[in-house]
Amino acid sequence: MIPRHLVIAMSVLVAAALSLSIYAWHMRKSVVPPPAAAVDTRPLGPPITGPVERVVLFVAHDEDGTLRPESAQIPMPSGRQQRAEELLQALLSIYLDKSSPHVLAPGAEVRSVFLIDPGAAVIDLNSAFADKHRSGALIEELTVASLIHTVSANTQGLLKVKILVDGKERDTLAGHADLSSYYDVAAVNQLATELQPGQ
Amino acid sequence: MEKSISFRVRDGFAAGRRQDARATPRPRLVLLALLSLGCALLLSGATPEKHLSVYSTAANYSLPVIQHEGHDYVGLLEVLEPLGKVSAKADGSKWRLRYNNTQAEFQAGKTRARVQNHDVDLGGGFLIENSRGLVPIGSLTSLLPRILGGPVSLHEVAHRLFIGSVATHFTASLAGDNPPRLVFHFSAPVNPSIATEQGFLRMTFSRDALVGPASPTLTFGNKTLPSATYSETNGSAIVTVSATAPVIASFGGDGRTITISPTQAVNAATQAAPSSTPSASSPAAETAASPALPPLPQPPIPGQAAPRRYFAVVDASHGGDDHGETLSNTLLEKDITVALARSLRKQLESRGITTLVLRDSDANLPIDQRAVFANADHAAIYIAVHASSAGHGVRVYTGLLPYGEDDHGPFRSWTTAQHSALPLSQSTATAVSGELQKRQVPVRALASPLRPLNNVTGPAIAIEVAPQAADVAQLTAPDYQELVTSAVASAIAANRDQLGGAP
Repeated sequence: MIPRHLVIAMSVLVAAALSLSIYAWHMRKSVVPPPAAAVDTRPLGPPITGPVERVVLFVAHDEDGTLRPESAQIPMPSGRQQRAEELLQALLSIYLDKSSPHVLAPGAEVRSVFLIDPGAAVIDLNSAFADKHRSGALIEELTVASLIHTVSANTQGLLKVKILVDGKERDTLAGHADLSSYYDVAAVNQLATELQPGQ
Repeated sequence: MEKSISFRVRDGFAAGRRQDARATPRPRLVLLALLSLGCALLLSGATPEKHLSVYSTAANYSLPVIQHEGHDYVGLLEVLEPLGKVSAKADGSKWRLRYNNTQAEFQAGKTRARVQNHDVDLGGGFLIENSRGLVPIGSLTSLLPRILGGPVSLHEVAHRLFIGSVATHFTASLAGDNPPRLVFHFSAPVNPSIATEQGFLRMTFSRDALVGPASPTLTFGNKTLPSATYSETNGSAIVTVSATAPVIASFGGDGRTITISPTQAVNAATQAAPSSTPSASSPAAETAASPALPPLPQPPIPGQAAPRRYFAVVDASHGGDDHGETLSNTLLEKDITVALARSLRKQLESRGITTLVLRDSDANLPIDQRAVFANADHAAIYIAVHASSAGHGVRVYTGLLPYGEDDHGPFRSWTTAQHSALPLSQSTATAVSGELQKRQVPVRALASPLRPLNNVTGPAIAIEVAPQAADVAQLTAPDYQELVTSAVASAIAANRDQLGGAP
């Protein structure tokens, strides 16, 4: 025979457990999910300073599969490497805009650009840039040509460009465009000409 | 680390001397000898069990061969099991097989099978034995490319099946003459069993995908190690080295090198009596020996001498886990490329052009492997097929070569393998564009860093098919697919002579 006070205590505990379960289930519904952490817009360093210069960006347009020169005025630092990075930041700001002619995924970034003498450049993209890039031979080709031609047109003496993702070599951008070798700047410049409207 | 195994080869003179010295045998010993001889004869007369050796990148394995009415048969399910997900079901006289997403149907006694809606000739009646489907071994060359989506090579007499480019090549050369050392270099690690008979050392490669040199007999112009022969039988490759003295076999180079050389005792004897046995190290002998050396088997130089099995290799891009572009909620690029590739094969074959479709099923096929297949076949034209929702009509691509990577002697750089064939690729792309334009299909010809165009040694183009208007569903329409593929096939057929003459 179970003592009466034990039966009462057990009943109270079971009732309490049930009540807490129902309360927790109810509260779970009202939890607001944390905001997506895809884009962190907090500044990591001081703003780039330098005289505002007019530069030419080569912007991809998906609707007709072309690469169009567009001039822009941006503050350009004196260092070659920082200049190349600023050029690509300006290009990406166009692609990440709401009215982008060549949509890149939110969070896509150029992590850094390294200029290595003689004549070599390495563009390091982040994983959001490559992992979420739309797949397609023309789409990927436009991205690659846009990045390389924008840097080479504004940086003298470039012969070859390598594209890395998160500092590592990658086979393709999104299944099509080759990222395993150094791009020949002369060949890409020729391609950029072919990709311009009216060609 | 080097392992050394010693095998002594008795020379005929020594063996004969022992026979002469033998005493007259007693009757009981004679009886015992006769019994032993009888047993040996019985054992040697038993036919060894036949088997088929299969070599692939996934696994190397061996399967029993069943004889039926003078034909050799093998279980098809057993062939495919180590290579992917496969299942089979016997239903009366019908036998259905599913390999990944490829379906095949066979009927007992029938000489034709149906694989992915294509008829395949088996060259002999299909057999069902205890629910096992058995096919003639010779039919594997026509069946497996359809099922696996890649080329296979069968050495039918020797029962050796090579799936993909898995062959191990070797060279043999004499290094040093006193003592002579015969060095075998293999393109991949090997593990042969080694046995000796009088005057021979035999290396049997049962689990290695070894293929022979251009000439089955190699002569070295050396008295101790005069020659070696290559042969194949019952699922094995055999290299037999003839030797006039006891020899030792050493493994090195992580299994890629085997060195055959005389044992120390023989070396010492040779060195002690240089005048009685002309030493191969003497300048005269060395000069005499050099012309006798056979041309060493060279690594295959792409595009030279090797036979071409298919004129065109059509590559249905993506596949398996690689979906390519997601064209719509229900449409993946990898599915469209297979349909387009099959349509292109039909169009090319209707114009008398032998065509291989890489990835004729929903299989994973690495990009590099696709170029390897095209290069191994020495195809006159490689056509990669892509599909896209972006833009309109068809884009025809040729390679965009990367910043110079030089070839090394006869070895071409992988990333610029396309270099010498690029002009022909570009003229083919121009012809294809012209043919598409004639048929009112919007077309653009561009250079592209599209993989694996730069890795193909022969003429190579890619087509990316987009809908003519905004509706991506047009990519699934057979008439639109046929419009594009017939134009491509017509251009290829018109350039057949130019492409066929390419190295």
